[in-house]
Parts: sequence; structure tokens; C-alpha cells
Amino acid sequence: MSTHNAVHPHGADGQTRRNFQLVVLNLLGALIGAALVLPTLVYLLIPPKSRKSGDWIDAGDISTVTPDAPVELSFQKTRLDGWRLVTEKKTAWVVKEANNKIVAFGPACTHLGCAYHWESGSKQFVCPCHNSFFSLDGKVTAGPAPRPLDQYVTKIENNRLQVGELKRSDA
Amino acid sequence: MQEKLEQLIAAIDERTGLRTNLQHFLFEEIPASSGWHQVFGSIALFLFLCQIFTGSMLAFNYAPTPGDAYDSVRYIMTEVTGGRLMRGLHHWGASMIIVIVVLHMLQVFIWGAYKKPREGTWIVGVVLLLLTLAYGLTGYLLPWDNRAYWGTTVTTQIGATVPVMGPYVSRILASTGDIGVVTFARFYAAHVLLLPPLTLVLIVFHVYMVRRHGVAPAPGDESKPKKMFFPEQVYKDTVAVFIAFAILFCMAIWAKIPLERMADPTDSSYIPRPEWYFLFLFQTLKVFEGPLEVVGTVILPTVAILALILTPFIDRSKLVKVRQRGLAIGIVLLAGLGWAGLTAAAIKSTPPQTEASSIDFAGPIEWMQLTAPQMAGVQYFKDANCASCHNVTGGTPKAGPNLADTGRRHDQSWLLTHFKQPSATSPGSTMAPVNLTDPQLNDLASLMLKLNADNATVVDTAPEFAMKGAVIYESKNCGACHKLNGVGGVIGPPLNGLSKRKTEAWVAEHFQNPQKMSPKTPMPPYPFTQTDMQNEVSYLFTLPDKAPNP
Repeated sequence: MSTHNAVHPHGADGQTRRNFQLVVLNLLGALIGAALVLPTLVYLLIPPKSRKSGDWIDAGDISTVTPDAPVELSFQKTRLDGWRLVTEKKTAWVVKEANNKIVAFGPACTHLGCAYHWESGSKQFVCPCHNSFFSLDGKVTAGPAPRPLDQYVTKIENNRLQVGELKRSDA
Repeated sequence: MQEKLEQLIAAIDERTGLRTNLQHFLFEEIPASSGWHQVFGSIALFLFLCQIFTGSMLAFNYAPTPGDAYDSVRYIMTEVTGGRLMRGLHHWGASMIIVIVVLHMLQVFIWGAYKKPREGTWIVGVVLLLLTLAYGLTGYLLPWDNRAYWGTTVTTQIGATVPVMGPYVSRILASTGDIGVVTFARFYAAHVLLLPPLTLVLIVFHVYMVRRHGVAPAPGDESKPKKMFFPEQVYKDTVAVFIAFAILFCMAIWAKIPLERMADPTDSSYIPRPEWYFLFLFQTLKVFEGPLEVVGTVILPTVAILALILTPFIDRSKLVKVRQRGLAIGIVLLAGLGWAGLTAAAIKSTPPQTEASSIDFAGPIEWMQLTAPQMAGVQYFKDANCASCHNVTGGTPKAGPNLADTGRRHDQSWLLTHFKQPSATSPGSTMAPVNLTDPQLNDLASLMLKLNADNATVVDTAPEFAMKGAVIYESKNCGACHKLNGVGGVIGPPLNGLSKRKTEAWVAEHFQNPQKMSPKTPMPPYPFTQTDMQNEVSYLFTLPDKAPNP
């Protein structure tokens, strides 16, 4: 717009005033824009202050879990979803490893999040959506899944499994 | 590079005409008398666009159903970074746009700019004013707090008393019974779906007519050289818009943004008041009672709107200088005086809010997390004048040490010994023994152990009723049977969430005669005085719905 020349400059004085006005109006416009855009970016991009919900959840008795036979345990998890506290059913595939170590896998295939299941015949986890296969220790044996199964942080108290957060596995 | 850019712009312009039209719009000649008095239209337009923007942003984190609406507004205010600012801009922007729109109208009225051929511009302007008020009316319900609920209850009931149309108004607003999900949905839909496009279309029409007839001249303009809209008037408009926005921004940061307790349809003690710009109407209603009510609800507002719309046809005199428009200025002054008088009377007649209902629930709520002994401890902290020698937050250093981290340095028994005989624990201390009973000292100690740098402000922010309520709670040993904020017995029900389960009236009645309200309860009656009852109930009702984590 400033390149437009159909103005009526009233001599050099008028031109100076015009330039001053142009500078001021662009500057104030930019200030208003910044005062709206910056808070908006903060508003949209910074995650809300999270209130911590309960750490350990009791997932059930694991004394009957035997090696080579994963069990799907379900438990209630309460978490904060925006402004509401939701209690939802979560599950974990619990595996007792050879050294009696207990591992709890998240229930979603690492490819696109479908629920997988254990096939006792072929002794592997199978995701029906795109035929991803995982071994007993969660590693990908075949299919499009990009990384091993995610694992819950766990601890055992009196033969009962306590699950914490679900840790994303590395590729 | 410059040349390429110029070519690109020219190419785009050839196909779209964007630049040509923008230039046509900006390089408009305006009368020599144009100036600072004509900036209000631009401010109003800017604020409207600002409201659309901040409103859309709020909608990103807002659930438009009763209950959830309140929780999500509170979430925006307390958890979302920048959320308080965003709601502040929208809340205060709404008030500001009313002020600016009225100033815009007054300017046009005083200058007589509505005269032929600009009658249409004026009438569309009046409709835009009504739309602005409609935003205020519909938006008021959306936070779903007590003030929203009760304010809207009154508004819709006024709508229902309109002769002939009343029942239909009620049906459209779905307010024949109580205000509930359907009314809420309709107010929300009107506020965000119906009104904005309607307003936009009318604004475009309004501005189109302004350009069609040109900016209204003043007598004597014919003989002077015309001015250019750009950059001179645009500069003035921008400066004015900036000042308005700066004020709005400061208010959004520093002024209180109300959010009361969640709407409680059973709260019979709530005294609803409309937003400040509707107070004069509210006061007018009070003048007319019984069969005359319709005068205040329908006839007067209709006459006022008609008078506004017909202004250009009533005043058909020739355009004169502002100084000669004594009658117009007189009318404005009279109307302003009437408005101010009615508003002042309405404010004066508003009984002082009970402390509990004026709590800013979007503000700091540390004190709500205290247990009853700790809250009573705040009272004893004040009774014993601890603050005369000790700081708990910042401030100029005092004789005694800062108490904000007492809990890390000492334990209960140390504190109790210290209270009774300061020099026994702190040799050389000049502190006087604290003159309280043993149970009271226990409460004071529990507060001291709870204080830390984050929550130390509770000694200033805890409201009177909560401290008094907690002192009663402690003296009657309510905690032997009830849990409050996670502490206490299990014989009686926990008291957090009481406000969700019962009404204040029910609880008051229950104190007087427990067996009447819940026949099998072993609770003894507590015939409190009226003040004690008010404090106790308010205290219990401002507890968080869920006990905070220890």
C-alpha cells in the first residue's frame, strides 16, 4: 500500500507526517497482533498443568501365572481427562519369564494401536489388523510393527501385580 | 526480487482484483471535519473480531453442557496455560464492546450523522446494538455457575411474562420448566452459531452503507479540501484501537474474572443480579408491580427501541454544527443521567453478597485444601497475633523467624513446648507464651506443620467464615465422626462433596434436628446461632468436592 502514489502530499511536511503515521499504525498493528498471537500459541501448545493421579494400580494376583502362558489382566485406572476424572478399564498382557521375572505389556499393537492377542498354538502375540507378530518377550518377529510391545512399570507386592505408567518402547 | 514480488502481486490482482479493491477502499476521500471523534466504529469492529477469536479459542477447551461447562471453564481458568487470560479477554471484551458501541451511537447521535440519506445506516446500527446485547444475554449462562444460572432464570421468566408472545418465547428458550440442558444448548447455539454470522452480515451492510454515502460531513466541509481515509484516519483509528486493546489486555490480566460456585438450582439463598449493563433495566422493572409489570418488561423497552429506530425520521432538521445541537446533547445528558441513576439505585439495593458467594472459585484455593484443625489454626494464628513478630510469606523482616518452613525444622511436640514456654526450646527467645488452650494449640501446631512456601498465603486468603466454621467444627469435635479433606472419623459420612449432595437449607435443618432429616442418624443436634450456622454451612459448602491428596 505504501507504494501507492495517488496521495496528496501537502509538500515535504505532509510527507513526513504521512510517513510517521504509516510507521505508527504498522507498529501498533504489529503489537496488537503479537499480544494476541503469542498468548494463543502458549494457550494451544503448552500442555495443561497436570495433577498427578494415583501411581500404582493393583492389577491382580499373579501367583497362578505360569511361564510360556501369558494372561491378560484387567484393572481400573483413574486419570484426568481434561476437566474430568475418568475411570477406565485397562488391560495388560502379563508374562512370567524363565527367571520368574514378571513383565506386563500394554494391550495395543505398536503398529497402529489394534488389540493383539496370544496364540497358544504358535506361541506368539498376533495382531489381526495387519499381521504383526511378537515373541513372548515382546520383540517383533514379523509384520509391519516398528518396535517391540510397550511395557508397564511394575512391582510385585504379596504376589499381586502393581502397575504404573506405560513406557513407550524404543524402536 | 522487489520486481518479482511486484509482478506476483500484479498477477494476483489481475485475477482477483484484491489490491485494486483494497486501494479503492483505503484511498477514499473523507470530509475535512473527520477526525478523532469517529474512531469508535473501528474500535467496535476490532473488538467484535477479537471476541470471535477469543471465543473460538475458549471453545477449544469448553464443553457446552451444564456441569461439564462449569468444570471446563474452571479447567481453562486454572489448568490451561494462558487460559485465564483468554477468558479474561472474552469476558471483559464483552463489557467493553457494549461501552464502545454505545459511545459510537452517541457520537453519531450528537453529530446528527443519522440524517438523510443515512437513515438505513443508523437503523442497521440499532439492530447491531440489540445483537450486542443478545450476546451478553446468551453468553451469561455459559459458565454455568450460580450467577449464570440464577441470572438467566430471571431473564427467561421476564420473557415468559410478555403478553401474547410469552408462552412462545418460553418454548423457544425451552424454559417452561427449570433451566436445563435444552435451554443451555439453545443459548449456546444462539451465542456461537446464530448471532455471529448475522452480526457479520449486518456489519458488512452497515459499512457498505457508510461507504455508499461517504462519511457524514459537518457544515462548512464543502469549502475545505477533503482528507484521505488512508493513512490519516486509519492512523487515528489504529491508535484508538490500540488504546482500547491495551485497556482490555490489562483488565484481562488484573481485573477479577468471576466464576462462582457451580449452578445450584436448589440454592434458595442466592440473590441473582444481571451484568452491569442490564442493571438499569432490572431497576426499571422494580418500579412497576402487579398488572403494571408489563410496562417495565415490554412497553418501555419497546418504546425505547422504536424511538431509537425512528430517530432519523423524528429529527428531519438540516445538518448543523455540533455546538448548535443543544437538544441532542440535552437528550444524551438526560438519558445518561437516567441510566446512571437507575444503575446506582440497582447497585445500592443489592444486598452485600454473603462472603461465601463472592469467593472467586477461579482464584487461589489453597485454603480449601486445609483440614479443619489447620483451618481453625489460621484463626488461632490471628488470635495470638503471631504475624506481629513473624512473617509467613515475604515482606519486611520481623523480630521472629519466618514460619513458612516450620514444618521442615520442627515437630508437633517441639511446637507445643515452644508455644507454652518459648525459651525452653529457643534459649534467649523474647517471645511471650501463646495464650491458648491445649486443643487450640494442637490446631495451631497442625497449621504450622502444614505451612510451606507454596501455601503460606492461606493465613491471608482464608475467609472469615471458613475460619469461624472450622473453629466451631473443632470445638464440637465433628472430626470424631466425619472426614473433612481426608482427615477424621468414619462413623458419619465424609463432608467433602456435601454441596453436591444436599442444599444449604437441608444441612442447616439437619444441624437443628438431625433425626428429622435422616431418621436413623446417631448425630446429636447442634442448635447454632444464626451467624454460627451461616459460617458453618458456608465453610462446609466451600470444601472441594473431592478430598485433596494428602
